[in-house]
Parts: sequence; structure tokens; C-alpha cells
Amino acid sequence: MTASPLLDVRDLTVAFGRRPPAVRGVSFTVAPGQRLGLIGESGSGKTVTSLAIMGLLPDYARVTGSIRLGDAELVGRSDRSMAEVRGDEITMIFQEPMTALDPTMRCGRQVAEVLRLHAGAEAGPARERVLAMLAEVGFDDPERVADSYPHQLSGGQRQRVVTAMALINSPDLVICDEPTTALDVTVQARVLQVLDRVLTLENAACLFITHDLAVVSQLCSDILVMLDGEIVEAGSTAEIFDAPQHPYTRGLVATARLDLVPPGGRLPTVDDFYTRPAEGAR
Amino acid sequence: MRGLELRVGAVLVTLVVAAALLSRFWTPYDPTMPAGARLQPASAAHPLGTDAFGRDLLSRLLAGAQSTVYVGVIAVGIAVLIGVPLGLWAAQLPGRASEVLLRATDVAQAFPALLLAILLAGLFGGSTETAMVAIGLASIPQFLRVARAGALQVLASDFVLAARACGIGRLAIARTHVLPNIAPLVGVQATVSFALAILAEAALSYLGLGTRPPTPTWGSMLQQAQSVWFAHPEQAVIPGVAIAVAVLGFNLLGDGLREHLDPRLREEVA
Repeated sequence: MTASPLLDVRDLTVAFGRRPPAVRGVSFTVAPGQRLGLIGESGSGKTVTSLAIMGLLPDYARVTGSIRLGDAELVGRSDRSMAEVRGDEITMIFQEPMTALDPTMRCGRQVAEVLRLHAGAEAGPARERVLAMLAEVGFDDPERVADSYPHQLSGGQRQRVVTAMALINSPDLVICDEPTTALDVTVQARVLQVLDRVLTLENAACLFITHDLAVVSQLCSDILVMLDGEIVEAGSTAEIFDAPQHPYTRGLVATARLDLVPPGGRLPTVDDFYTRPAEGAR
Repeated sequence: MRGLELRVGAVLVTLVVAAALLSRFWTPYDPTMPAGARLQPASAAHPLGTDAFGRDLLSRLLAGAQSTVYVGVIAVGIAVLIGVPLGLWAAQLPGRASEVLLRATDVAQAFPALLLAILLAGLFGGSTETAMVAIGLASIPQFLRVARAGALQVLASDFVLAARACGIGRLAIARTHVLPNIAPLVGVQATVSFALAILAEAALSYLGLGTRPPTPTWGSMLQQAQSVWFAHPEQAVIPGVAIAVAVLGFNLLGDGLREHLDPRLREEVA
């Protein structure tokens, strides 16, 4: 963590309309090649944080603070100028593989579309590169996958196509927004394995968003815990697992370590450790 | 029975288009000049008989297909080429501007095509061209609405967000993602509009604001048959059936095409 960070988020606050901010004063950094897990429950602000970094929030969102990618400030940039950064330097993998691909377009063309836009490659070499990328995400028959429509592939296969789409331009940072949540456990393991390999291969940093501590521990070296729009705890994966400080984190760790529960014992819940403030108390 | 609609529709439309093309080069008689006695029944010389002026009905039916296809294609073409891009643009506008545009199309839709045609005919004189421009302009709001509604749905989808996350610009998204996904909607609207255009053209011809006599159109044939309806109903039935066949053909073709173009419907889920 001595080198200058790839992504430097300082005091990020995002508000919609008159409601209290969805993200409040969030600060963290991602070093080149680092794998950072961002964990939190639904509504904790983790997806809003990631969309703010991508510049994909709707127009009515008010974003303050600073998001620096390398030397460039991303907050306040126009959609057009963000489009040049997206895909090339940062990219994002979404949680719904069933709907993240255009049903009217063959998978190979969708991957190629991203490639052509940025590298300006010609059709022949582009096809080669797409097939190589599809092989990289673990397809034995990239030709067939490239010529398939999304509905002809399974959820896990689609998620790997989406991964290929996100990584084909060798971005520096990949934001994964619960990429395995919609998949069943065995497919989940396969996709994580592929993601791990491809991230290493492309030497990309990763901000991995999830509500599943077990998933994050497989992939990430460091973890941020987010609750109600704020980061309540940060540390290495080992630290978080061995010595969680915040009561909410202790609850998360306890629910992730079901192997410690004696047979027949009551399963722990987060609420055993952390008492939520009453509705409207904030 | 997938594909049956497409085939039947294609056959009917081909029939109409073939009649239109054929009549450019050949008709049994001159469709604008009397070719025998008035109001004859079907015979070897006149397979469909003759009309109140003694003109050969088959010749008039074939020639009438020309203005039907011509007016339909150009009118729908005008509406699609202007309405769809406007709809895509409207979908990208912020909420309030989009609302204003929609209310403006409401106002435009409140004026019937007929009124617009009368206005244009008053300015430029009644003709086939005036009729089809009027019908086309009047159909723009329908296409704008269909394209906007479809585009809004597509723009809200995960795959558009994913495409944007990969750095694809708004224009490229409109072209490669939105257009193919709303094409079935536009196609269905086009067939409906085509059918309406045929009927509107008939109405305009009836009012003398469309194609000028003696050039035959199915609409004007229908109108001329009105005066002899009780004695000679076949005079109205013949162009009436032709209009019905053309409308049915385009509707079936549109439905069939939609099934054929949509990969989700084309193949069973693997």
C-alpha cells in the first residue's frame, strides 16, 4: 500500500432528493492489483457507491466529495467524458446475468462491441480476441458461445460472458456488484474461480461488492464493512475474521462461521450482536 | 403452427404487390376508359364485369393496387423515419421535457388525418402525394409513442447499464441495443398503420382529396359503387375484398415477422 493508490475515494456522499444521504462520508483507497471486498446488507449503500464511481447514477443524484482514478477526478465529469473512462480503465460486472446481456444480440458480438469501441480494432482480429477472451473465462467451445444468443446459455455461462465483456479491454479496476448472488452455489464457485484467474491474468484491481462474507473471503485480501451508508470497519480479511471490532461485523462473522455452532444449537443472527437504531432515529 | 402466419401474409402481400407491378406494364383493358357495356356481370371478356362507366373491373382492380401500395409504403415510411428517431430522442430527454413533447403529440393526434389532408389539399391541391404526406404526418405520433415507450423500457434494462459500464456511448446504445429491441414493436405498429393508411386513402379519394379520377384506387372504386349498391353489390364487394386482403396480408406478415425476428420466440430455450 505504499505506491500511490489506483482509486482514491474521499468523503463520498450521495443523496437522492430530500431523503437522508444513501452514502455518507465514505473514504477508501484501492491499490493497483488489490482485491477489496465491500460488504453490507441490502440498502447499505454499496451499490450506490459503485455506481457513483462508474458515473452511472441517475441525473437527480447529488454526489459530493472526491473520487480520484490515478490523477483524474471523476466527480462532476460529464457522461460523455466518463464513457471514455468506462470500459477502458474501470468497468463493472452486474449481479443479474439473466438480464445483463442484450437478448437480440449474439454473445460474441456483444463482447466485440466493447472491444471495437475502445481499441478501434478491425473485425477479423476482433473476432480472434473475443474468442481468446471467451476461452480465458473458461469456455471450451468459444466459437459456439460467440454464436449463441443469451437465452441459449445458462446463468453461469452468461455471467462468464459478462465477465469477458468487462475484462476484454484489460481495465485497471473491475467493480463486481454481487456477481454471484443470482447463481446457485456450485456455479458460484466456478464463476469465482474464473474471476480470480482472469483478474490475476489481466493484473486488474477489484472492488468486490457482496453481502456474503464467505464469498468475499475467497477472493479478497481486504474488506470494508458498510452499514447504513457509512463504512463501519476496514481491515484485512484475516483481521476481520479473527478480531471483528464493530458489533455488526461480529454478527456478520458469526453468521458466516456456522461450523462453530454446536449441532442442534440455535443459529446466530446479526441482530444477536447488533441492535439497530429505531426507524427514524437517525 | 409457427411460420404459417408469415407464409400466408407473405403470399397475400406478394399478390397485392405483384398486381401493382403487373398493372404498370399490362392490364386487360385501359383502366381509365370504357371497354364495353355498363355494369356487365362477369364474362369471358370481362372476368369481373364492368363498372358504371363500362370500364373493365379487373383492370381497375389491378391498377388500383398501385396507389394502395404506393400510398401505404410512403405514408408508413414517412411516419417511421420521422417518428422513431423522435421517439428515441424523447426517451433520452429528462422527465419534464419528455412530458411536454408527449403533450404536444397529444395535440397533434387530436387533429384527424382527414383534417390535415384537407388543409394540405387546400394549400397544395388534392393529389396522391398530398394524401400520402398527410397520412404519413398524421401517423408520426403513433410511432413516436411506440418508439419512446419501447426505448424507455430498453434503456432501463440491465444490459444497457452493463453496456454503459463497458464504455459504450448513448448513440451507439440507441443504434445497437435499443433499435433492434424495439423493431418488433415498430413492425407491428407499421402493419396497423399500413392498414389504416389504406383505409384513409380510400376515404380521401372518396372526398376528392386523394388520387384524382379517373386514376383508379380501391377507395374510389368503393365510393363509386355506392350509388349502385342495391342493384349491383358486387361493384362494392370486389374492391372491398381487395382492401380486406391487403390489410389482412400486412397484418399477418407483421405478426409473422415479429416471431421470426425475435430470437426469444424463434427458438425454444435451450
